[in-house]
Amino acid sequence: MKILAFAEQRDGQLKKNAFEVVSAAKKIAEQTNGEVVALVIGEGVEGIAAALGGYGAKRVVVVDDARLKLYSSTAYAKIIAEVAGKESASVVLLAATAMGKDAAPRVAVKLEAGLAVDCVALKVDGGDIIATRPVYAGKAQTDIKVTTSVKVLSLRPNVFTAGTSNGAQAPVEKTNVSLTDADFASVVREVTQATGKLDVAEADIIVSGGRGLKGPENFNIIEELAAALGAAVGASRAVVDAGWRPHDEQVGQTGKTVSPSLYVAVAISGAIQHLAGMSSSKYIVAINKDKAAPIFQVADYGIVGDAFEIVPALTKEVKKLHGK
Amino acid sequence: MKIAVCINHVPDTETKVKVGADGKSIDRAGVNFIINPYDEFAVEEALRIKEKQTGEVVVLSLGGDTHKETLRKALAMGVDKAVLLKDDTPRDSYSVAAALSAALKELAPEVVLFGKQSIDSDDAAVGLMVAEMLGWASVAVAVKVEIADGKVTAEREIEGGHEKVEATLPVVITAQKGLNEPRYPSLKGIMAAKSKPIEEKPPAPAQNRAEVVEMRKPPAKSAGKIVGTGADAVPELVRLLHEEAKVI
Ligand SMILES: Cc1cc2nc3c(=O)[nH]c(=O)nc-3n(C[C@H](O)[C@H](O)[C@H](O)COP(=O)(O)OP(=O)(O)OC[C@H]3O[C@@H](n4cnc5c(N)ncnc54)[C@H](O)[C@@H]3O)c2cc1C
Ligand SMILES: Nc1ncnc2c1ncn2[C@@H]1O[C@H](COP(=O)(O)O)[C@@H](O)[C@H]1O
Repeated sequence: MKILAFAEQRDGQLKKNAFEVVSAAKKIAEQTNGEVVALVIGEGVEGIAAALGGYGAKRVVVVDDARLKLYSSTAYAKIIAEVAGKESASVVLLAATAMGKDAAPRVAVKLEAGLAVDCVALKVDGGDIIATRPVYAGKAQTDIKVTTSVKVLSLRPNVFTAGTSNGAQAPVEKTNVSLTDADFASVVREVTQATGKLDVAEADIIVSGGRGLKGPENFNIIEELAAALGAAVGASRAVVDAGWRPHDEQVGQTGKTVSPSLYVAVAISGAIQHLAGMSSSKYIVAINKDKAAPIFQVADYGIVGDAFEIVPALTKEVKKLHGK
Repeated sequence: MKIAVCINHVPDTETKVKVGADGKSIDRAGVNFIINPYDEFAVEEALRIKEKQTGEVVVLSLGGDTHKETLRKALAMGVDKAVLLKDDTPRDSYSVAAALSAALKELAPEVVLFGKQSIDSDDAAVGLMVAEMLGWASVAVAVKVEIADGKVTAEREIEGGHEKVEATLPVVITAQKGLNEPRYPSLKGIMAAKSKPIEEKPPAPAQNRAEVVEMRKPPAKSAGKIVGTGADAVPELVRLLHEEAKVI
């Protein structure tokens, strides 16, 4: 199978998920005697493209245009679909990020292809790909078969491992896709990034706080532990609804579904809607003063007790471990 | 301004999912269904746009008769008209989008609102597929929307920040939590909704491009352990995370 791997970049840097997508594409290619072509879209991005060779891209197509510096739903989708067509790709792989989730449905329609989003595993089965994806916020999983000859799949970030580059540089080909004003019907004008803020959807470790912390001013203990662990800060809906934390930190069925390698739930009871969003984390730590709290049923490790006493001690111990 | 909102009818977030006898979908016995939570933000936003600029709000739902409950809820919130595209066959997001976009073409609204995703399939695809099928601009995962002078300026959520998006009309917007605070239907609204008609139409037939082969419960987590009580348990927890789990 020929696979087109869309390699996401922001600010002229390839995202970690770009390597994950190319590496996953390589695995499919190996099993189907196929090849991986990567695609990079942006402005001044030619220089970053060749490195994708080290993860399995045989060639990298680059579409470089000042108007593509920031994301455009309409223009990016057009480019991805056109390049997929030109390459006769039978699979288009993207990351299920804000960008990939936005582009993939449009690309699928342009290619009249079936779509499987937010996949957590891919299996080659003859000429088919069986994609495993969580539904009901992770309360169940489905295996999906896309029945069209061209398939569009997006991969949940952080789940597929990127491995390390073997150092290979892929040949880079600049391509032009003709773009008119109409192709920029939706366009990003500005990106505002909370400086240095790690998003729960991308983080490898998350420390989340719940209503048991009693007030927004007490989240400093969560932030300090998160900083010591290099983690993102998450929150339960109770604290988001109370206005203690911004809603982009909410984990759960109506927040973000996360699968970090470590999830630390502090003073969170473990309501079904919260568990739905985080129970696929590799390891879960619960800190709660109520030993009957449902969060302990999914926790790998639990400490029963007062968060105000335990969390600062944990921060101290983690710093000690890291030699700080 | 004519505004349409596409709303889905989904299992309550409290639902303990059980796989049904077909092994491909959930057991619906005893499951309580609600309006998809994100679609409530979409309905609310439509009502606010209407209140600002005058116009009409039409809600559409594709599904069986039970979807009327969710359409009634939107009517109770204050929308003007409800349409059920009546169909019981299982559909993938592509064929839902195809049916909705065919109906929307006839309606010819200037703005169509969706939820960011259905909390059953978690696809987050239908809105953007409709935008593409209609050849329209879109703003997905919107947390702020302003419509003026035939143009939309909006903010959408991305990893660790926001994007300011500009889009032309007609436009598809998908609503994220934070866009607004949905109103509760008033008693008067609820009473009025009971007598408002729901128009029924057959949707374009399903042509699925993806199928569910199997549904199962995720691998169960093995019972964890309580490391201890209070701050005294912290060194042991750190040791376990470092040496056993190897995650820190
Ligand atoms: C439609 C819908 C969607 C929802 N979506 C979500 C969602 O996406 N995400 C989500 O999180 N919730 C969601 N919920 C809400 C969910 O049902 C719970 O209400 C919420 O998760 C509770 O948050 P909490 O655990 O922080 O608070 P609580 O349930 O109040 O729990 C607080 C916990 O803190 C403990 N505690 C108190 N003091 C201390 C202390 N000093 N030290 C240690 N522990 C202490 C208590 O023992 C308790 O277990 C949703 C609900 C609905 C109806
Ligand atoms: N059967 C349906 N009828 C009407 N609208 C729907 C239907 N399914 C999905 N939608 C809309 O599309 C959005 C995204 O759904 P999904 O792609 O299934 O996650 C939902 O929030 C609804 O606004």
